[in-house]
Amino acid sequence: MVEFALPANSRIAVGKRVSHAKGAKRTKTFKIYRWNPEDGQTPRVDSYEIDLDKCGPMVLDALIHIKNDIDSTLTFRRSCREGICGSCAMNIDGTNTLACLKPIDDVAGDVKIYPLPHMKVVKDLVPDLNQIYAQYAAIKPWLQTQSAPPPDRERLQSPEERARLDGLYECILCFCCSTSCPSYWWNGDRYLGPAVLLQAYRWIADSRDEMAGERLDDLEDPFRLYRCHTIMNCTKTCPKGLNPAKAIAEIKKLMIARR
Amino acid sequence: MTDNSLRSSLSRARGLGSAKTGAEQWWLHRVAALALIPLTLWFVFSVFHLLGAPLAVVQDWIASPTVAAALVLLVAVGFHHAAHGLQTVLEDYVHHELTRLGTVLAVKFILYALAVASIVAVLKISFGG
Repeated sequence: MVEFALPANSRIAVGKRVSHAKGAKRTKTFKIYRWNPEDGQTPRVDSYEIDLDKCGPMVLDALIHIKNDIDSTLTFRRSCREGICGSCAMNIDGTNTLACLKPIDDVAGDVKIYPLPHMKVVKDLVPDLNQIYAQYAAIKPWLQTQSAPPPDRERLQSPEERARLDGLYECILCFCCSTSCPSYWWNGDRYLGPAVLLQAYRWIADSRDEMAGERLDDLEDPFRLYRCHTIMNCTKTCPKGLNPAKAIAEIKKLMIARR
Repeated sequence: MTDNSLRSSLSRARGLGSAKTGAEQWWLHRVAALALIPLTLWFVFSVFHLLGAPLAVVQDWIASPTVAAALVLLVAVGFHHAAHGLQTVLEDYVHHELTRLGTVLAVKFILYALAVASIVAVLKISFGG
């Protein structure tokens, strides 16, 4: 059955409190999920009170400030710090989003930060994404064709055909959507989840791709596709403002159109 | 699958492949939902209208061919919709393979038995059994 309570070794304890805001005019407390696979402890939530005038405006700036100046053991992924790499996806103030795109001022009260929900945790805020990357690889996210490429140029696409990829190609694979989806929580081993289905549709919708039928064949499955119950958490949480639920609906429409 | 399996992530993700089915069932579920809107509205309105009526009046109402046909449709479509809906819920939440199979089968047997019983009841009244 679905687990509604956390197993004993996953229950979260209250961790340490660290104040690093002496003489600060503007302060904020960050409550951050911590778990280290090597210390044999259960997870805990550590509190860090920081001086907002000593870091940038985004949650990622605060995390980097904490790691650099307060607690170097804090572990999280980050790279581009401008919403294009998808590394710093995490659950902030109850919503999956990118730490680099989330202004600290948007959060009323303490800033609670957890890893992406319902994924195995590698350490602290770092989730294990191996399975979801494999699911992405399984939909063959590359241009597949039968005809030989033109010898003298690339495969052409009209501006209208290119426009059909808008709202799809912008996905950065941060997996905020998939890890916000209850269907993905309960059946993530077989359901592909909104991020991977949006990517699948990105290739089905590409006018240069010649394998739409085979792609649809591979998706037509009570679990891979039809575990989507239009809960819409995916669209609500997408930090890039995309609409994975619509992409899934388009796949379902094509399944009917080809009958 | 056990956690200590050495299978690759891709092998797990690809699993046993696509069932290549599901679209038909998904579409039928939507069509049934659509059909249930007028059927349910009609049924609720009619029952409300018959509140407090004597048994003979209700029996006469069911005996009318159009009413009997609509009632059989409501029962058939309603129970089909319920069976598919409950199967989806069970597949969502029950993860033990045998428990899932058992509960899905039990729900289907019970719902289809109830559907047939309801249809027989309507026909019996309709044909004056």
